[in-house]
Amino acid sequence: MSAASSTPLGRLGTNPAFRAGLALALVLLLGVVFNADGAFFKVGTHRDALRHTSVFGILACGMTLVIITGGIDLAVGSVVALVAVVFSLMSIHWGWSPAVSVPASLLMGAACGGAAGMLTAWFRIQPFIATLAMMVFARGLAKTLSDGMKVSTAVKNADGTYRYVDVPAVFRFIDNRILDGNLSVVTVIFVVCALLTWVVLARHRWGRQLYAIGGNEEAARLSGVPVDRTKILAYAVCGALAAVAGLCQAAQEQQGDPEAGAGYELTAIAIVVIGGTTLSGGRGGIGLTLLGTLTIGYLEKILSINAVPEASRLMLTGAIIVVAVLAQRRRRG
Amino acid sequence: MNPEGSPSLTGPEGLEGTCPPPLVRMIGISKRFGPVPVLRSVDVEVRRGEVLILAGENGAGKSTLIKILGGVHTEYEGDLEVAGRRVRPRSPLEANALGIAVIYQELSLVPSLSVADNIFLGRPLTRRGFVRDGEQRREAERWFRQLGIPIPVTAPVDTLSIAQQQLTEIVKALSREAQVIVMDEPTSALNAPEVDRLFGLIAELKGRGCGIVYITHKMEEIERIGDRITVLRDGERVGTAAAAELPPARLIEWMVGRQMDAQFPRHTPQMGEERLRLESFSVRESPSDPQPAVDGVSLSVRAGEIVGVGGLQGSGASQLFLGLFGAYGRRVGGKAWLDGRPLEVVSPRAAIRQGVALLTSDRKATGLVLPLSITANATLADLPRLSPGGWRRPAREVAVAEALGRRLSLRAASLGLEVNALSGGNQQKVALAKWLQTEPRLLLLDEPTRGIDVGAKRDVYALMNALTAQGLAILLITSELPELLALSDRIVVLHRGRVTARMDRGAATPEKVLAAAMGATAEPTVVSQETL
Repeated sequence: MSAASSTPLGRLGTNPAFRAGLALALVLLLGVVFNADGAFFKVGTHRDALRHTSVFGILACGMTLVIITGGIDLAVGSVVALVAVVFSLMSIHWGWSPAVSVPASLLMGAACGGAAGMLTAWFRIQPFIATLAMMVFARGLAKTLSDGMKVSTAVKNADGTYRYVDVPAVFRFIDNRILDGNLSVVTVIFVVCALLTWVVLARHRWGRQLYAIGGNEEAARLSGVPVDRTKILAYAVCGALAAVAGLCQAAQEQQGDPEAGAGYELTAIAIVVIGGTTLSGGRGGIGLTLLGTLTIGYLEKILSINAVPEASRLMLTGAIIVVAVLAQRRRRG
Repeated sequence: MNPEGSPSLTGPEGLEGTCPPPLVRMIGISKRFGPVPVLRSVDVEVRRGEVLILAGENGAGKSTLIKILGGVHTEYEGDLEVAGRRVRPRSPLEANALGIAVIYQELSLVPSLSVADNIFLGRPLTRRGFVRDGEQRREAERWFRQLGIPIPVTAPVDTLSIAQQQLTEIVKALSREAQVIVMDEPTSALNAPEVDRLFGLIAELKGRGCGIVYITHKMEEIERIGDRITVLRDGERVGTAAAAELPPARLIEWMVGRQMDAQFPRHTPQMGEERLRLESFSVRESPSDPQPAVDGVSLSVRAGEIVGVGGLQGSGASQLFLGLFGAYGRRVGGKAWLDGRPLEVVSPRAAIRQGVALLTSDRKATGLVLPLSITANATLADLPRLSPGGWRRPAREVAVAEALGRRLSLRAASLGLEVNALSGGNQQKVALAKWLQTEPRLLLLDEPTRGIDVGAKRDVYALMNALTAQGLAILLITSELPELLALSDRIVVLHRGRVTARMDRGAATPEKVLAAAMGATAEPTVVSQETL
């Protein structure tokens, strides 16, 4: 909770942060009660819960930036798939060095986000529509580049036969664990992304401008905030973070699946909203998103170790989103 | 003032007040917004077959009064009688049912629906729950034909001109069998032939026995169509008189009143060099506007001087400020210089960099970012300088906000508070703080004291004196005439985007300013363009 109370507008955040923290505490309590014969107290359970939720957490970081401006980004799930495909092609099939393939992947994500941002800022297309278009387009591009097939370690030769190549080192690195196998690298990547986003939101001029735009775009413009540029950058960074999630996704699955990431954008939005960042913009922060990530992640894990079927899990998650949002509602509007 | 004598439209026969009960009677209406009283025991009477003009300066309470009549404001003291029966409409729908239709300045049509659909909005002609489109169309056509207005009833409203939309509103009111039709400055967007047609329609309505309440800031219209005039000032009724008995000079006297408090301590300024110079400056709000909102305005402001811009609604004063500040981008014409250098009017960002600051008239809509803290708001416009290299210095921001808060005697529990939580006066101080922090050379103040309490007002006046003593140049818009007269070293009056009068502090009187603001260009006090 300390992360949340030191978000840019610390004192503002106190209340939502407290509530989001409370939600997390309740979920953890649920885990303590329904501990599935002690499974909840094993380090491995927590490691896996965190590992599983990290990809969503990374997406939620970018989503937070966009939502703070009062926008939304529906394209992140498709960008995950696109980047997973492209990264796998570069790393597995073409054998490119990570020094090239990683920046190229991030750039690709940023380009997707930036393009949606430009549609929003310059052509005044609603963020929902602009990013919906990008969501469909990026999915199509992923399928085009991969021929609709998973890009795996089975590489097709010119004569139609297959040869198998090793999983690239960069994949193994990302999918590794550290600290005696007690912490996934993916989780570390998530924490780094969260920290970077937090620093930018709390300490950088750009972060403040994002809040100003979300809080009152016209007032921000009349105060000299370069609204268009600031917004486009928010979508571009969101896209780049989606690309990071795409790298993690590819590494974890050891392949680039053009169908991956479907619906991830909705989980990311749910995380941001459960944290308490308001969809109308101007309020919220990464600390809240972090709490939201943990809440969703642990809820999933606790339900799964208690062998609750997926169908019930989905229904319960839906109910929890509603409860969380109702609890976050402010007195006036 | 009315050389042609009584225009044919006036109907003096209903003026005695002894004939049938008035259509509407508002008795002792009082209303406050929070602690601010906006109406104090106002009596108004609307009679059958007359046009009652509601006159008063901006903020006199006219809009509030008609909103009470129209069922928009439901919290008020006093009584409302319709045809002798005491009523209390609790919604616009209920007011409609009582035969009251209000046509607000912001039209209340649904832009995407057809004219016919709009006319029957809320009470569609249906059969078993299904809308009978043909029936509605025929009915709507019948109304338009009857009134001689050629409007395609199947066209979506947003394809119509503003004038046609206005007429649609009127037909909508008529089709509901409204007995009392209130029009709030209906001609602000109309050209001369359209105004003629509207006035023809009003004459027709009078003939049918409707009562019209007409709000306008144009003297010419009052003379043309007014039967009786009720004048409001500062939320009180000054009086009601037959139009013929209230020549323009008296009317203006009623509107401005006699009392002039010495509440405004303007110190004798130390004027410096010319700071701002505008030559035939024009502004278009949108490229499609047929008429510029600001039309060839020339003026100058010296360092240390406060120049007041007078004008009523639709004068273009706010647009002049916004245009000068770059809010309309490059959609401006004419020339502007700041300190002898051409002022590049491109964007607010560029304006701020060149030393121009604009306090907007609506602090909540365009001035402040309400969910952000006092500190964040106070530093927003100066963020580029306060965050060298892009990284903010929170400690420095707090120090800056503290200093500004002291300078403006801002009262807040903590600088981390959302400005949302502050009173109007303190919010205004935060908005002012934001601009002081940019260290402007020209400060544009649009209604700096609107909706703030007396104490905060005094602080704002003191600040304006202090700033001009330091050599800042101020352009001021205020709809409160006494304030304008007391604070301005010179006054430039606008009417429909054009300068209609210029006067020095000594020569300015409320009557002269108001007359010019209502379009009287032939005032003897008007100084010719050369003496700019």
